[in-house]
Amino acid sequence: MILNGTGRLAMLFLIAMLLPLLFFSQQINAQEVTSKANSDVTEILEVKADFSSALLALKQRSLSKRAEAIKQLIKIENPRTIIILDALLIGNLFENRADGSLLIAENQGDYYAASQAETGDSIGRLKKADIKKIRLSNRLRSQLRLLLAQKELYLEDTDIRMQAVKTLAKNPTKEAIQLLKSVADSEQDETIQQEIQLILALQDMTSSDKNVRLAAVESLKQHTSLEAVNRLQHMLEKDSDGQFNEPDKQIRKIAKSALVKIEARLQVYATIKTVFFGLSLGAVLVLAAIGLAITFGVMGVINMAHGEMMMLGAYTTYVMQLIMPNHIALSLILSIPAAFIVAGLVGIAIERGIIRFLYGRPLETLLATFGVSLFLQQTVRSIFSPLNRSVITPDFMSGSLYINDFLSFTWNRIYILVFCLLVFAALLQILRRTRLGLEVRAVSQNRNMAKAMGIPTDKVDAMTFGLGSGVAGIAGVALSQITNVGPNLGQAYIVDSFMVVVFGGVGNLWGTLVSGFTLGIANKVLEPIAGAVLAKVVVLVFIILFIQKRPRGLFPQKGRAAES
Amino acid sequence: MLLKFLENDKESQWVLIVLLAVTLIIPVCNLIFPEGSIFYFSAYTVSLIGKYLCFAILALSLDLVWGYCGILVLGQGAFFALGGYAMGMYLMRQIGDRGVYGDPILPDFMVFLDWKELPWYWSGFDIFPFAMLMVFVVPGTLAFIFGWLTFRSRVTGVYLSIISQALTYALLLAFFRNEMGFGGNNGLTDFKDILGFNLQSDVVRAFLLMCTGTALMSSFLVSRWVVRTRLGRVVTAIRDQESRVRFLGYRVEMFKLWVFVFSAMLAGLAGALYVPQVGIINPSEFSPLISLEIVVWVAVGGRGSLYGAIIGAIIVNYGKTVMTGLFPEVWLFTLGAAFILVTIFLPDGLVGLWKRKTQENV
Repeated sequence: MILNGTGRLAMLFLIAMLLPLLFFSQQINAQEVTSKANSDVTEILEVKADFSSALLALKQRSLSKRAEAIKQLIKIENPRTIIILDALLIGNLFENRADGSLLIAENQGDYYAASQAETGDSIGRLKKADIKKIRLSNRLRSQLRLLLAQKELYLEDTDIRMQAVKTLAKNPTKEAIQLLKSVADSEQDETIQQEIQLILALQDMTSSDKNVRLAAVESLKQHTSLEAVNRLQHMLEKDSDGQFNEPDKQIRKIAKSALVKIEARLQVYATIKTVFFGLSLGAVLVLAAIGLAITFGVMGVINMAHGEMMMLGAYTTYVMQLIMPNHIALSLILSIPAAFIVAGLVGIAIERGIIRFLYGRPLETLLATFGVSLFLQQTVRSIFSPLNRSVITPDFMSGSLYINDFLSFTWNRIYILVFCLLVFAALLQILRRTRLGLEVRAVSQNRNMAKAMGIPTDKVDAMTFGLGSGVAGIAGVALSQITNVGPNLGQAYIVDSFMVVVFGGVGNLWGTLVSGFTLGIANKVLEPIAGAVLAKVVVLVFIILFIQKRPRGLFPQKGRAAES
Repeated sequence: MLLKFLENDKESQWVLIVLLAVTLIIPVCNLIFPEGSIFYFSAYTVSLIGKYLCFAILALSLDLVWGYCGILVLGQGAFFALGGYAMGMYLMRQIGDRGVYGDPILPDFMVFLDWKELPWYWSGFDIFPFAMLMVFVVPGTLAFIFGWLTFRSRVTGVYLSIISQALTYALLLAFFRNEMGFGGNNGLTDFKDILGFNLQSDVVRAFLLMCTGTALMSSFLVSRWVVRTRLGRVVTAIRDQESRVRFLGYRVEMFKLWVFVFSAMLAGLAGALYVPQVGIINPSEFSPLISLEIVVWVAVGGRGSLYGAIIGAIIVNYGKTVMTGLFPEVWLFTLGAAFILVTIFLPDGLVGLWKRKTQENV
């Protein structure tokens, strides 16, 4: 580059001008950095001070000042904030009368278990007189709820976010809706997003703007919620003046089609529900019948005391709970082998003491075992009193699996269904793979031949009967979770379980499984049409007629053994 | 003539004589002698004895099917209860407008359920002969349908026992329903009079006992006659060797059906006599437990012997009255033990024991 004299001068001038600028700018930058660092430190210090002071400000007597303190507190990012405010909301925040510090304390009978609000350090037990509750007015409480929800909506944990959304929906003020709208688009979790959309749509349904209502109704189509159904139905109903609640015809039309769509989905859910209830009833029936399928099907022995074996199993569960009152879940699990042993031993005793004298005389066996059942009932009644005993359901079995407003499954029924299948599988394996199973099958097919081959039929009979009774005992453990435990527990199931066995085909475990589930589902399908009792009657009559057509059940035994 | 008919049957003669004495003496003494006299029988005793005699008819009916035909019916109580309900419906209509709600036609429970008119199946039950006909026809028809289906498809043994139990269980559940129109849970009760006579009066009670005794004696004689006819012989043969009888060319199911229907009608008669004496009929009579108790009466007395059934019914029920009064806890133990011991040690019941004794003496 060639520059002339003036150009060079100008250049120099420029540099001269710029140099200080450059220097200065560096200076300024450095200044900025230091000032920023300074402000960070002060901020942290301030925040810490703010947090403590805001906390202490909660103690103020004036409610408006207390509200101000809450607002201050919520702004401060501190992991303890939400814990403290939650405690405040449910009335667990106290002032320590001794030093004026704030405590989170929980009432545990005579004393309070307390911890420092600010740090969370436990300070042990305090008496009621030592502490003073921080009270809230109703208005303040709802404000606090809103503030908390607002804060929680941005937290990591999806459960907390969902909870916050639901809290807001419960009290849909203008601010709450505004808040939900603001998070609607940024929310990543799909179920929470859906919930928010639903709440907003429900809210929009009351809007005075026709288009907003239209859009709301349109979007409700895809939600499966009781509230949505109710609101849509409300739209289509007439008020006391004979006017539709929803004035616009077009919207009514869309609402109607939305309802139809939702109801189609509900139909599917209802079917799923019926099938599930049917399966769960079927599981109970299978559990009750499967022991009978062994004694009746394999041995040809009618055991009228079978129901009482279940009763013994149920009472074993009750006794186990009395022994281990602090470990309900463990006691339930231990009850399973215990009930098997108790009922199994009683079964073996019955077989050795009574039934073995009556082989080949099925009607007499029936009567004698009925005598045993009366005996056992009265024994239990004398020991445990005739009153029903309740068995506590452990935590993991209570509550239900929530799918949506119209579909939820109770855990105990799910567990019983699974349990039934496990017991069935185990029994099948025992009969198929163990030596006992082999011998049982041999004896049931041809007693004399089995004897000739050196199988101790006496012992096998006793073991089979013990096995069948033991399984009944296990069924009793399951029953104790869904009905009351009383001396008549077994009687209620005896006719049903015979029906299951006979319907399925005697001597066929698979038949028992299929017939149990079939009868369970049939019962539950008929119930809404005919009512619970009539449904049962219809099923019974159906079986009675079915036996006429196929006296050997659904899956009759084939071969020579069947003819005996 | 009667004695000639019972020639060479000492036991039957004795049973008949005792029954005759009971039927005559107890009601007459109840009416003639004043309270406090040693010969006086209280109204309670009269209705208690009446109850026993009804049960004896019921046991007789079961003995016919079980003891002679080998069909162990675990639902005999159903026929008894149906006969009882037929009688109960007549007595219900007799109340007229004396019910709590005072409706001239509808029984109280129907008014309570807000029914406007009598269901069709209640019509005619205000006429005594029609009701009496129904006492036999209803249980008979049910037995006919059930037996027709069952015996033809050769459902036998325990299967039959179990489905007959299911039958009575189904009826139990059905009669519990208010919608059935039979008073639901409470059944039919609060009866006022029969054929215009007050049910509570001593004369009517005594007369009812006499009727029951007569009915028992005639059922006994008719049953005895039946089992000794050719038909009875075939039936006994079916009990012992069903297939052989079939191969000989007899239509086994028809014979079974005949006996079954006859026995159901007898049970219905027992129920009809029972209801006015105890004053109530409710669905619990359908419960499988009652039907099993009937089996115990027959088993204890001795199945396959008609007077054995009568003796068994009376002894067991007397035992029940005494036991439940004195030690209510022990009764089920006793009943259970009776079931077990009788089936193992006394397959022919007390009558069998007696026969063995006398034979040993001879």
